[in-house]
Amino acid sequence: MMYEFAYVRPASLEDAVRALRMHSEAKPLAGGMSLLSAMKLRLAAPTHLVDLGRLDGLAGIAGNNQAITIGAMTRHADVAASPIVREAIPALAVLAGDIGDRQVRHRGTLGGSVANADPAACYPAAVLGLAGTIITDRRHIGSDDFFRGLYETALETDEIVAAVEFTRPARAGYMKFPHPASRFALVGVFVAEFGAGNVRVAVTGAGPRVFREARLEAALAKEFTPTVASAVAVSAEGLNSDRAASAEYRAHLVSVMAARAVAWALAPTSQS
Amino acid sequence: MKTAVSIIVNDRRCETEVPTTMLLVDFLREVAGSKGTVVGCDTGQCGCCTVHVDGDAVKSCTMLTAQADGASILTIEGLASADGMHPMQRAFHEHHALQCGYCTAGIVMNAVDIVTKHHELDERTIRRLIEGNLCRCTGYSNIVDAILEAAREAKRGA
Ligand SMILES: Cc1cc2nc3c(=O)[nH]c(=O)nc-3n(C[C@H](O)[C@H](O)[C@H](O)COP(=O)(O)OP(=O)(O)OC[C@H]3O[C@@H](n4cnc5c(N)ncnc54)[C@H](O)[C@@H]3O)c2cc1C
Ligand code: FES
Ligand code: FES
Repeated sequence: MMYEFAYVRPASLEDAVRALRMHSEAKPLAGGMSLLSAMKLRLAAPTHLVDLGRLDGLAGIAGNNQAITIGAMTRHADVAASPIVREAIPALAVLAGDIGDRQVRHRGTLGGSVANADPAACYPAAVLGLAGTIITDRRHIGSDDFFRGLYETALETDEIVAAVEFTRPARAGYMKFPHPASRFALVGVFVAEFGAGNVRVAVTGAGPRVFREARLEAALAKEFTPTVASAVAVSAEGLNSDRAASAEYRAHLVSVMAARAVAWALAPTSQS
Repeated sequence: MKTAVSIIVNDRRCETEVPTTMLLVDFLREVAGSKGTVVGCDTGQCGCCTVHVDGDAVKSCTMLTAQADGASILTIEGLASADGMHPMQRAFHEHHALQCGYCTAGIVMNAVDIVTKHHELDERTIRRLIEGNLCRCTGYSNIVDAILEAAREAKRGA
């Protein structure tokens, strides 16, 4: 059973921020896929839930030649099905369509996933790999500054993610080795090439937070091929070790997933 | 603490006050009386609690009743019509797609949503789309056969 809390449903982003500011133990509620689960286990006990569900301005997808912007409350299912995303960054649509299961994708949101910063979540890899910008109620935060640690971001406690802007790459791919039970990434790698010599590689699931892999980036900047990616030896230092996989195995999976992501980027299909 | 909600469950409007902590699955079972929706895991994994909220299959154990305020909900009790079982229920019956039956309501609700939204279904796709439903008895084969059959029937009828 969850601890008691007060439920508020503001009609504007300003009111939502005000509600968060008023109560220090208040939390925004998006789809609840992570937050309600944590509350049921009594791992989280907010005094107030500020439901963002009626802030229609926070949901939706828009694009231009340089970037696409996705509202924080846009559900995974809507990102996966969006013609704009599928045309501009097919890897992002496939990533969203492969999160959890379809019931989860009908409730889970981009903003919730990014704010939660689960070390094994998929979206953070796309945000970091695509040099995304997190747009909040008060500022823009670059993805290199946003993910700070285990479930830790640059967000202030009363700050709300309004949208995320993703830079349009020349090509990109995402591959995850799913945890056999949870479908989260045991290791997930997002690769993106933005024109010659500019490659970003973001790794999720392997460490305490999503991170960029410099050696893979340097190698792929010279030659963007799967063979080059598989030849990079990734260090196991600092990587997670648990029942599902050792740090050494995760390090190995990083180059394998990177190679598969590059192969996908070179010849995209509708499925991962 | 309480909150007021107005929710349509299987075409019947329910206006009442519920505790803020009340999960949708408990509202459906205890307030709306739809006991066909069950809890298998309570952690969002098993899909036994799947219902449709405004036309989308979701896990009702991981949603607050308050979040469903203003929504229209379809549960397993709302599927059959005066003419008898829903085609998906009939397909499950004919293909022996259940043993203990605990997972069945949730899988049938997800399957109905799948067949409504996907028109090209093969075995691989169906297995992927029912990843959010666990069945400890059947081994899934007959479930997949039943959904394939219902999908074919829906296509013939369309
Ligand atoms: C069975 C299952 C399988 C899953 N599999 C995967 C998977 O394979 N890959 C993956 O990436 N994820 C997976 N998830 C997680 C899923 O992607 C969720 O969408 C995600 O964790 C966030 O949930 P939510 O959007 O419902 O946010 P909530 O649970 O409502 O919120 C999560 C956190 O973010 C905060 N928050 C929410 N929105 C905002 C905002 N706009 N601004 C500031 N803070 C905010 C909340 O206060 C809370 O702390 C899975 C979840 C489940 C239940
Ligand atoms: S009871 Fe809801 S997913 Fe298991
Ligand atoms: S029939 Fe028993 S769990 Fe599926």
